[in-house]
Amino acid sequence: NIVPTPVKISLINMLSETGLQVIEATSFVSPKWVPQMADHTEVMQGINKLPGISYPVLTPNLKGFQAAVAAGAKEVSIFGAASELFTKKNINCSIEESLERFDEVMTAARAASIPVRGYVSCVLGCPYEGKISAAKVAEVSKKMYSMGCYEISLGDTIGIGTPGSMKEMLTAVMKEVPVGALAVHCHDTYGQALANILVALQMGVSVVDASVAGLGGCPYAQGASGNVATEDLVYMLNGLGIHTGVDLQKLMDTGTFICNALNRRTNSKVSQASCRL
Amino acid sequence: QESQASGLPEYIKIVEVGPRDGLQNEKVIVPTDIKIELINRLSRTGLPAIEVTSFVSSKWVPQMADHKEVMRGIERHPGVQYPVLTPNLQGFHSAIAAGATEVSVFGAASESFSKMNINCSIEESIEKFEEVAKSARSMNIPVRGYVSCALGCPYEGNIIPAKVAEVSKRLYSMGCYEISLGDTIGVGTPGSMKRMLEAVMKEIPLSALAVHCHDTYGQALANILTAIQMGVAVVDSSVAGLGGCPYAKGATGNVATEDVIYMLNGLGINTGVNLYAVMEAGNFICTALNKKTNSKVAQASFSTGTIK
Repeated sequence: NIVPTPVKISLINMLSETGLQVIEATSFVSPKWVPQMADHTEVMQGINKLPGISYPVLTPNLKGFQAAVAAGAKEVSIFGAASELFTKKNINCSIEESLERFDEVMTAARAASIPVRGYVSCVLGCPYEGKISAAKVAEVSKKMYSMGCYEISLGDTIGIGTPGSMKEMLTAVMKEVPVGALAVHCHDTYGQALANILVALQMGVSVVDASVAGLGGCPYAQGASGNVATEDLVYMLNGLGIHTGVDLQKLMDTGTFICNALNRRTNSKVSQASCRL
Repeated sequence: QESQASGLPEYIKIVEVGPRDGLQNEKVIVPTDIKIELINRLSRTGLPAIEVTSFVSSKWVPQMADHKEVMRGIERHPGVQYPVLTPNLQGFHSAIAAGATEVSVFGAASESFSKMNINCSIEESIEKFEEVAKSARSMNIPVRGYVSCALGCPYEGNIIPAKVAEVSKRLYSMGCYEISLGDTIGVGTPGSMKRMLEAVMKEIPLSALAVHCHDTYGQALANILTAIQMGVAVVDSSVAGLGGCPYAKGATGNVATEDVIYMLNGLGINTGVNLYAVMEAGNFICTALNKKTNSKVAQASFSTGTIK
């Protein structure tokens, strides 16, 4: 379901009040490919940009980058992958070619002093290739870091990873990219996300991606879940005594808001448990 | 080799509690023949232990009213344990008469929970269990001890690790061969799990410990991972994540066996259990209960039709 622009803006504004320091606002991609993000310019211009909070946006190419900057973006993200087949199916080119496209974005970003975050998809498995070697993930991460990405977010795109494969992958990547520049982006499709995140934290990773209410299913497994819920992540980190600056109650309220707007149930177990009827 | 290198146990025993803990907390009363079929299917998956039923008064737990029929009706596979709950001596005798060869007793680390659940203090409950343990010892029947509310109580809130250690020690001293530490309302996190286990491990040998995590707040696998990193090698779980939480309406309860096995497989830890067979048993019971599975692995696998 296409979410109306005002709802998106309200969502982001509410998230801005929770203590979160980074909120990925939208994607400057052609509406032909991603109709949900067609209103990227209105969203970018419509949100309250609170001081101290970063609002990165996806920019798959130079054109998207320029549109993003014109709309007021101060940080951008680019999406690479550790799988050739995934890259081919997703953006119709090879990994090498995709990095060449990103290079254009990197050059322009550097000139405009805009930080760039790099994502690597399929780090623990690919819906087409199956197993992905840790060495390949390390190779692509290294390339993107060398190109100038300040942070590399390692994505378990189909949620297939386990603490075992997470550890193996991070061990390889940490040889090439400093741990301070690493983030994990775990999907909960197989219920492994929090366990995988825990292992990443134990290895020194201190940036974690998550989605309020666990929004976002898995396009590769119908009916299955996707992103890990921010509420469940914050609950775990609170229990570990790790500081996040995020107010869990405000976060849950935001989740309730967007689920009502989308007329759907939350994917957050913390939210489900806390609703004592 | 992978598990050894990381300091994790090479083998983890899964105790399947779906037919008892799971079904007990499902609203729909399940016909006896369905229960028996479920247990028989689970017996063929490689699971080493399956909690069959509870010899408790049907007045209190209607779902378990058919305990005798179930106990007598199931196939008994060699090498598989079939423990049953026995809250008191009467239940114990009834269980033995029905053919039980292992029993379980349920203590709690919270006075309020003990009072609300079984209408007596922790001390009084221990006295009842001692009677069971004594009888069991004379008949060479192993007894497993459970400690509920190990990481939090729906009435008291925070539970101190020392109390969990104290109750565990009482159960272990009376002869329980294993103590299963239960996060009854799923509020625990890797932080509280670690602190609790550290306290309990001072009193009970690691090899006699098990964890029984609920996934009410989505923390179960992370908590289980923490426990196995500390050397715990017995994990309770429930096929398809059967059994909601009686303290939070609509919330989930038991962690799904499928999801636990998926994680352990990924860690290179041997369980002897065939994941696909468990998913099929889960599919069977969910169809019978007309409900969706709580297992994410099952959801993901059945949706694509392939196991990754």
